[in-house]
Amino acid sequence: MTLIEAKKLRKVFGPIEAVKGVSFKVQKGEALGFLGPNGAGKSTVMRMLTCFLTPTSGTAVVGDHDILNDSMAARRMIGYVPENSPTYGGMTVMGFLRFIGELRGLNGAELNQAMERVIDRCWLEDVAYQTTETLSKGYLRRVGLAQSLLSDPPILILDEPTDGLDPNQKHEVRTLINEMTAEKAIIISTHILEEVDAVCTRAIIIAKGQIIVDETPEELKKRGGGDLNQAFRKLTVKEGEHS
Amino acid sequence: MSSFYPILKRELKGYFATPVAYVFIVIFLFINALFTFQLGRFFEMNQATLTGFFMWHPWLYLFLIPAVSMRLWAEERKSGTIELLLTQPVTLAAAVLAKFLAAWAFIAIALILTLPIVFTVAWLGDPDLGVVFVSYVGSFLMAGAFLSIGIFTSALSKDQAVSFIISLVISLIFVLAGFDVIIDFFSAWAPEWLLAAVSSMGFLTHHMSIMKGIVSFQDVLFYLSLTAGWLTACGFVLEAKKAQ
Repeated sequence: MTLIEAKKLRKVFGPIEAVKGVSFKVQKGEALGFLGPNGAGKSTVMRMLTCFLTPTSGTAVVGDHDILNDSMAARRMIGYVPENSPTYGGMTVMGFLRFIGELRGLNGAELNQAMERVIDRCWLEDVAYQTTETLSKGYLRRVGLAQSLLSDPPILILDEPTDGLDPNQKHEVRTLINEMTAEKAIIISTHILEEVDAVCTRAIIIAKGQIIVDETPEELKKRGGGDLNQAFRKLTVKEGEHS
Repeated sequence: MSSFYPILKRELKGYFATPVAYVFIVIFLFINALFTFQLGRFFEMNQATLTGFFMWHPWLYLFLIPAVSMRLWAEERKSGTIELLLTQPVTLAAAVLAKFLAAWAFIAIALILTLPIVFTVAWLGDPDLGVVFVSYVGSFLMAGAFLSIGIFTSALSKDQAVSFIISLVISLIFVLAGFDVIIDFFSAWAPEWLLAAVSSMGFLTHHMSIMKGIVSFQDVLFYLSLTAGWLTACGFVLEAKKAQ
């Protein structure tokens, strides 16, 4: 079942063409890794899919809803964790989750159950009544994931979900993602290549606003003689050029 | 519009979760009392009116309201929560309106807390309560216009200080629009109709006329349309430079 279909998404910021016509599909049960050098356009694609930015041209269909014509319904299909997992600093974890839950149309007993479920799933019991500004990066990432899961959306879009975490925390977040892959369509952007091995069923490499590779991690590895790093460098750095 | 109410609630609560609300209210009440009874020469005048109370409101709002509004969008930008908020099933219009109304409700609370000044005057003499009521409504509408300028400038940058200063400057132009300082600036080059338009936009002019106890449809329409205009501009600015 195709849950995400990007159709020639293009985004121009002033003189810069950040994304140059990107098309791909993500099925239920897939975890798609978005790879690419910094500034390649990964976040911009994600921001268009989540209806934060309007594409200059092209569109996307998210769970049967066009992001341009049916933006509100499309948003309800997606749980999104923006880069750095932002939260409102003055709120407690509970207060923050309640606010996002209300925005997503949950209330009463349903909302309470959803909050309990995500707090349990993302191991947030210990910090539930702390304000988010007092939390460590690891906890903030978990709060970000927790808010994205509140309405149990069929699609997850995670912008660098393990950036800045220590190895144990990375492992925790990846375990969480792996547990959810079967039932959802997930897009994860990252520039950590080991992440592709750990969680992705498919990988797209974006460079200079274009897709240059769309294949499984195994196929990608073959290009670098069994090494993802080699494959990545080969594809994103032209000869005689420094990244 | 189901997401409108949660944003309104969060914003209003947000004021009281930080010292902003308490500092604002204490200073607002203190300066109001000081201006009314000391600078306003309330006791020397020996008249039971609240003119000395209301006449200072434009000047108080000029400095205090940008401080209330500066965080509304600048903070969202700075912390990145704008991306979280505007990818929820929330229209931009609902988000702008909810934030504006929360701030306006906060000002309403501060205004209600000035009622003891009215009680004092009513106890000492026999003020025209109709005039007092109309003046409150006028002051509240004017506060809304100040706020709408503030929420617009708050959307311009992630820096709250920038928002504060730009908002103060724009507001000052509106406060003084009917006076020579501003008129002289325009009279050299502007056509007659623009000059007339500018001079009719003065907050002080409108406020003075409302303080006499006359609610003119024009004054109400002026404040409401100005507010709507700045809120719309705020929406456009956000749409145009969301990601910056």
